[in-house]
Amino acid sequence: MVLSIDRSIIDAIVAHARRDHPDEACGVVAGPAGSDTPTRHIPMQNAARSMTFYEFDSMEQLHLWREMDDRDEEPVVIYHSHTATEAYPSRTDAAIAGWPEAHYLLVSTRDPEVTEIRSFRIVDEVVTEEPVNLIDAGVDPHAVQSYLFGQTPTTVDYECSSGR
Amino acid sequence: MSIEVRVPTILRSYTGGAKVVEGNGDTLAALLDDLDAKHSGLRGRLVTDEGNLHRFVNIYVNDEDVRFLGALEAKVADGDTVTILPAVAGGAGDVASAATSTVSG
Repeated sequence: MVLSIDRSIIDAIVAHARRDHPDEACGVVAGPAGSDTPTRHIPMQNAARSMTFYEFDSMEQLHLWREMDDRDEEPVVIYHSHTATEAYPSRTDAAIAGWPEAHYLLVSTRDPEVTEIRSFRIVDEVVTEEPVNLIDAGVDPHAVQSYLFGQTPTTVDYECSSGR
Repeated sequence: MSIEVRVPTILRSYTGGAKVVEGNGDTLAALLDDLDAKHSGLRGRLVTDEGNLHRFVNIYVNDEDVRFLGALEAKVADGDTVTILPAVAGGAGDVASAATSTVSG
């Protein structure tokens, strides 16, 4: 299992998390149903506006889910940030996770310079880490360079290329 | 005619894999009882032992969150669509502190 995702989407997720820090940020990356490919980043409001809890507003969630359904998409990635702890699912995260087909991406903004990014599957409250395969079509648009991030036990560090 | 109920992936083990099932009832409570008779165990994922709607499951009648329609006493009628979506929530803190910010019912 692996999460393959464009670097530009990771950059956007990190920027969102930095913007909302110290509140937890949250959102979705939708992709074509059945493709396991995240293509469309949708940052969401954290209705809880909390430094330790996040929740989608129930009506915003309904509208987004209907929109994805209309577009034949599904939520490939569900992400949120931890602002003072590691980028690892808490017991709360594992207990509430209700979308077993999604990749749960955790971002930690506890360090102002280095953003930790890790991905997990959460099924029946069991957390399994998976590598993040970063797709960077930067220099040569016809070449796809993949950077394979490490996984547990080492924390993955990602230096945010667009700065703070 | 009856009530169309849209079921998320995580609950389809109760419906034999079906994404959409049908039920009857004039309140959400009655509808859930009806569904549970056909899809045993489904109601238990939506209603707690105390008889409240589960904090982290969203249920909608057409375009409205049932929490604003009377929760289990929300009125439903033939031709309505009921949608069930597990809430997207979590965070570094513990569930107990999160649960204090509930909308009751």
